[in-house]
Amino acid sequence: MKMKQFFLGVVALSVLPVVASQVEAAQPPLKEVKAAKGHVSTANTFNRLLEKSKARNLPPAEDGIHDPDNDNTHVLQPPKIAYDGLPTTPFGNYVDWVKALDTDLLQPRYDRFDPTIEPLIMDLDIVREVKSTVPDVVFPHKPHTQWLHCSNCHPKIFIPQRKANVMNMSGILLGQQCGVCHGKVAFPVTTQSCTKCHSKPKPADWKPPQSETSLKDPWR
Amino acid sequence: MYKSALIGLLSMLAAMVLPQAAQAEYADVVMNNYSDAAGMRPVVFPHWYHRIRFRCKVCHADLGFKFKAGGNKITMAKIIDGQFCGACHNGEISWSVENCGMCHSGIAGTPTQIHGSTVQRLVAPTYKKLGNK
Ligand code: HEC
Ligand code: HEC
Ligand code: HEC
Ligand code: HEC
Ligand code: HEC
Ligand code: HEC
Repeated sequence: MKMKQFFLGVVALSVLPVVASQVEAAQPPLKEVKAAKGHVSTANTFNRLLEKSKARNLPPAEDGIHDPDNDNTHVLQPPKIAYDGLPTTPFGNYVDWVKALDTDLLQPRYDRFDPTIEPLIMDLDIVREVKSTVPDVVFPHKPHTQWLHCSNCHPKIFIPQRKANVMNMSGILLGQQCGVCHGKVAFPVTTQSCTKCHSKPKPADWKPPQSETSLKDPWR
Repeated sequence: MYKSALIGLLSMLAAMVLPQAAQAEYADVVMNNYSDAAGMRPVVFPHWYHRIRFRCKVCHADLGFKFKAGGNKITMAKIIDGQFCGACHNGEISWSVENCGMCHSGIAGTPTQIHGSTVQRLVAPTYKKLGNK
């Protein structure tokens, strides 16, 4: 009897990860699972790759990188408390940092010691035409110079000359060009944020360039 | 009834057995070049908390922090010398260095990284590896 229970326990533990991933993914009623005929792969979860974040702005003790056994972890401020009343976005910190400055809700220091020093702001938009159906990119110097110094970008990341820099999405996603900051600290690149950068609609008569192969294909 | 209790139990066990995905605040930096090896918890630097108080320029231009998690090779010697975190965590602008656990608050073994970055969230594993470097 004891032996049997032990054996059952071992079996339960060894199938646990498989069963657990099913339970986590979809939680189908147990009956349906039993009704399935023959051997069905357990790999067919509805979402094989999508990982949704379950909660926003978790307090440090629950966020998975702070150690809850460290007393000081519980002294750290939970982000939600600090963000109360700030304008929101659907990504990143879920805070619209640009709007928060423009509306004077936040006044972060531009100098380590002197809170009265004003930033050196430059209002110059750079338009980059994009070879794709997505709207063209407008790089606004204004919000950038509100937060950063010219030397943060020039000349190491960008040569300060229109069109002098090669940029594309693959580089940005891998952390180059705009991606040095966007996707790390400044707002990230996600479906909801594309139009923040891609903000200038194409002219009404604009048509996407067609591939050679599609132009040459006699059957079309 | 019996079955739902079983499912409940299983998912509870699953929560304990399966590694929990970190859900840290966007842009939190874990620094672990030396901490683990020295028997300290890794350091967690919260960007959100500091950018409410300072513009990026203060740290990344004036104080010379490079844009790379772990890339500044910060050590305690540099900090008590007034560099990096020590430019502010000196009892003048912010609380002083003796509050070890405020900075050294990470779970041991967490690699150096910037949390929630676009690269970490891509589904292709090759990109994930790049992100955790
Ligand atoms: C966040 C990064 C960033 C910051 C900070 C920044 N710039 Fe730029 N700057 C750019 C980019 C991107 C371009 C466009 C380059 C291109 O099109 O290839 C540009 C272009 C320029 C140009 C060329 C404009 C032209 O018409 O050719 C000048 C001049 C310039 N910046 C000056 C400055 C000055 C002065 C500051 C500080 C007040 C500053 N920039 C801050 C990113 C930045
Ligand atoms: C050195 C860091 C850095 C680089 C490089 C950079 N940005 Fe930004 N960008 C910021 C920060 C910081 C903000 C403020 C908003 C935030 O933090 O989310 C910002 C804001 C913006 C905004 C304003 C969003 C709004 O809400 O109005 C746009 C648009 C933008 N960036 C586009 C770009 C583009 C396009 C590039 C590349 C050509 C680029 N940025 C490169 C740091 C950077
Ligand atoms: C931080 C700013 C930024 C964000 C956010 C952004 N892009 Fe881009 N995107 C750019 C820049 C800069 C270029 C290069 C423009 C050029 O050719 O000068 C570009 C180019 C492109 C291109 C043309 C092909 C290429 O790689 O050059 C496509 C398509 C594109 N983006 C799609 C997207 C989509 C989809 C999203 C949202 C998931 C997105 N972009 C978000 C800045 C951004
Ligand atoms: C203001 C934040 C801060 C405080 C406070 C702090 N540290 Fe650190 N400490 C750091 C950073 C950042 C590193 C580099 C982390 C890394 O890359 O591993 C570090 C690294 C270390 C290291 C390994 C590298 C070295 O220089 O020896 C030790 C040991 C250490 N800290 C001990 C302490 C002790 C003990 C205290 C309290 C007296 C303390 N720290 C307080 C930020 C801090
Ligand atoms: C209080 C100081 C401080 C402020 C303010 C600050 N940062 Fe940072 N930043 C850091 C530190 C510390 C690191 C990590 C450096 C290391 O690990 O050596 C870092 C790292 C980064 C990285 C590198 C991420 C990576 O691994 O690729 C980027 C990008 C960055 N910061 C952007 C910003 C932007 C944009 C702002 C303003 C919105 C900002 N920071 C404000 C201190 C600061
Ligand atoms: C430009 C100045 C400055 C620099 C540089 C700086 N800090 Fe801070 N930090 C502050 C200030 C100001 C506070 C708020 C202090 C207070 O509440 O009294 C703070 C608070 C903190 C907190 C506590 C957040 C909370 O929830 O209360 C941590 C953790 C922290 N800093 C870590 C670091 C680390 C690690 C570094 C170096 C990598 C660093 N800081 C560099 C100014 C700075």
